Parts: sequence; C-alpha cells; structure tokens
Amino acid sequence: MTASNNPASGGYQTDSPRFDRPLSPHLQVYRWQITMLTSILHRATGIVLSVGALLLTCWLVAVAIGGEHYARVAAIITHPAGQAFLFLWSIAFFYHFANGIRHLLWDAGWGFEIKRMYASGYTVFAFVVAATAITWWLAWDKIGGGA
Amino acid sequence: MAEFTLPKNSKIRKDGKVYKADKTATNVKVFKVYRYDPDSGENPRIDTYEVDLDKCGPMVLDAIIKIKNEIDSTLTFRRSCREGICGSCAMNIDGTNTLACTKAIEDIKGDVKIYPLPHQPVVKDLVPDLTNFYAQYASIEPWIKTKTPPPPDRERLQSPEDRDKLDGLYECILCACCSTACPSYWWNSERYLGPAILLQARRWLADSRDEATGERLDNLEDPYRLYRCHTIMNCTKTCPKGLNPAKAIAETRQDLVKRKV
Repeated sequence: MTASNNPASGGYQTDSPRFDRPLSPHLQVYRWQITMLTSILHRATGIVLSVGALLLTCWLVAVAIGGEHYARVAAIITHPAGQAFLFLWSIAFFYHFANGIRHLLWDAGWGFEIKRMYASGYTVFAFVVAATAITWWLAWDKIGGGA
Repeated sequence: MAEFTLPKNSKIRKDGKVYKADKTATNVKVFKVYRYDPDSGENPRIDTYEVDLDKCGPMVLDAIIKIKNEIDSTLTFRRSCREGICGSCAMNIDGTNTLACTKAIEDIKGDVKIYPLPHQPVVKDLVPDLTNFYAQYASIEPWIKTKTPPPPDRERLQSPEDRDKLDGLYECILCACCSTACPSYWWNSERYLGPAILLQARRWLADSRDEATGERLDNLEDPYRLYRCHTIMNCTKTCPKGLNPAKAIAETRQDLVKRKV
C-alpha cells in the first residue's frame, strides 16, 4: 500500500514520511571529496590504532616476561606481514595525529572556509607521507630494520 | 545503525528508457535522470535523455524543463523561482547537492547525472519527502521569542553591529542541500537535526533581539540533536548559497562551553 492510496490518510500525501517509499541513493551516488574522505579516514585510522595498541601491549608484556615469549612476539613483528602491519599502523598514527589537530582547530573555531578546509586536508596528507617516510628510513637505514 | 546499502524496494533497475536526440542535433548532452513512479509498484530506474544544447538554456533546470516540455512529460520535479531564491529545485547533480537553476550545464564534464536529494523517501522522480526536515525546523521554534514588553512607540531596534551578526545565517533558503549531503544526517536523521536546521537555530541564537537564548541552547544540548555533527563539512562544501553551516554549528558548541565556565 502506498501513501497515496492509504484510506487512513484520505488519499492525501500525509504525515507518514516513509511508508513504502523508496530511499533515494546516497553513498552510491555522492561524489567523494576531501571533506567526507578525511572524515572517514579519521575513523578508519582510529580503528587501526586500537588494533595496534593491542599489539603494542602484547609486545610490552613479552618484553616483561622475556626469553621465549619475547622471541615469539619478535618473530611476528619481524615477519613481512608483521612489518606490513607496522607500516600501516605508522600511517594510521600520523594521519590520526595530524587530522586530530585539524579537528582541534575546528573546535577552536578556525579553518571552516572551504579554502582552508582543503589546505589543511592536503597538509595532513603531506605530513603523513613525510613522517611515515622519515620514520621508516630511520628504522631501516639507521637502526637496521625490524623491531 | 547506519545502513550503507539501499533497501530492497529502492535498488535501481537496470532497464531505464533511452530517448535519443534528433539526428540533426550537433551539440548533444546526455542527461541520466532518476525515475520512480509510485503507481507502477516498480523499483526506481535511470532514464537517459539526449538534449540538444543549441536549443536549450544554460542551466540544468532549463534542460529538465525542456525534457518535460518536449521529450517526456511524465518527468516530475519541483521548481519555482528559477533564480536560486526559493530552494525548490534542490537535487543531486553530478554527485553533489545543488540547485538545478543555478548549476550551469557547461560546468559538468561528461553525462549529467541527476538524482533526488540523497537518503530521503522519494515521492516521485526527483521529488523527495521532506516532512521530517520541516518537522525538525519547527522543533527549533524559528521565530523571535521575548520576555520583556516591546517599546510602546516603535519596533525592537537592533544596532548595525548586531544586525551584522545575522549575515551568513539569514540568507539560508532551507533547500536541504546541506542536510542531505551530510553522512551523519543520513544515518541519524530521526534524532540529529542536521546542518540546515542547526544553521537556522544559530540564526535565532545570534539575534540580539531574541530573549530565549538559554532555552534554545538547552534544547540543542543533546548527544544527537547537535553533537552528531562530526565536522565532515560536506554541508559547507555543497551549500548553493555559499553559507557555512559547519561554522554555525561550531559557534553554537562554543556557546555551550562558554556558558558552563
């Protein structure tokens, strides 16, 4: 039954907002732009960070116990998959950190003009690339790879 | 809970109709338009119209009026002023929400894709049901509220400086482009007021003549009504009037913090 032939509404388009009307497309058609992209990335990186925090805790516990336990966790971290996760984690950390500052600036009332919103967004991306590159260059070149 | 896919009755069928342009036309633009007919009981579809731009006005609204007049009279949409002041022809054009009357066809690369305002119940074709949106507008009591008696011999006056505080707020035409561009509003429109209504709420908070500021702030201080804004800023990006709902929301939040300290 549609709203227009609903006897209770007297055949009149009424107060029943979503009877069996279709929902217009949203995510499916909305153009991806830096506004919604930086926002959803903030959430996604937040999730990656909490998974990473779990791993960090494992590592700390292993350090405390030492010996065989530490060797096992170290093996996971130095494995290519472990390294890939650490890499992702570092990206997530730098993104969440920089974009978090962006959010703080907004909370303080700065940067709502479209121009500044784009400038700050691109700055965050540039920071993530630079900080991640420097970190991994230090980790691999200076310290000698791995954990 | 957010549902990222469309419900079963809203999925778009693949068998839309195609209306070819006249063979003599040399400047053809393709318009792909969302169609839904409540009487057919069928799911929505996308119809394709080829329009000769040499015989068409410059704006997207000109094109869809031409389609309705000359190609397919069943196409349904709202329009009135055709100059960006009534807000009737708000729709999703080329991926973002805007007014069809102020959006130039030549600014769109490739095919022109037109959908109703996103995540709203569709009455027919490009006409969304904005009942919820208007009810939310009523909920902020958008009129001046006073406690002191008015001056006996004149209106309630306002200094030019105080009047300036309404700039960027009073121009809102309630077209709903911003609210229906907001992912947070998509997932929580029952409880979150959305950028347009919050900008309107700001308009009354910022008015020096209004004397209900405290009550207005009380009404907004709610985890959903105001605080579902996550500063995504699709609202400001899409506003066809160049207003800044995200900023208005931030200012209201600052007011809420300030009155506590």
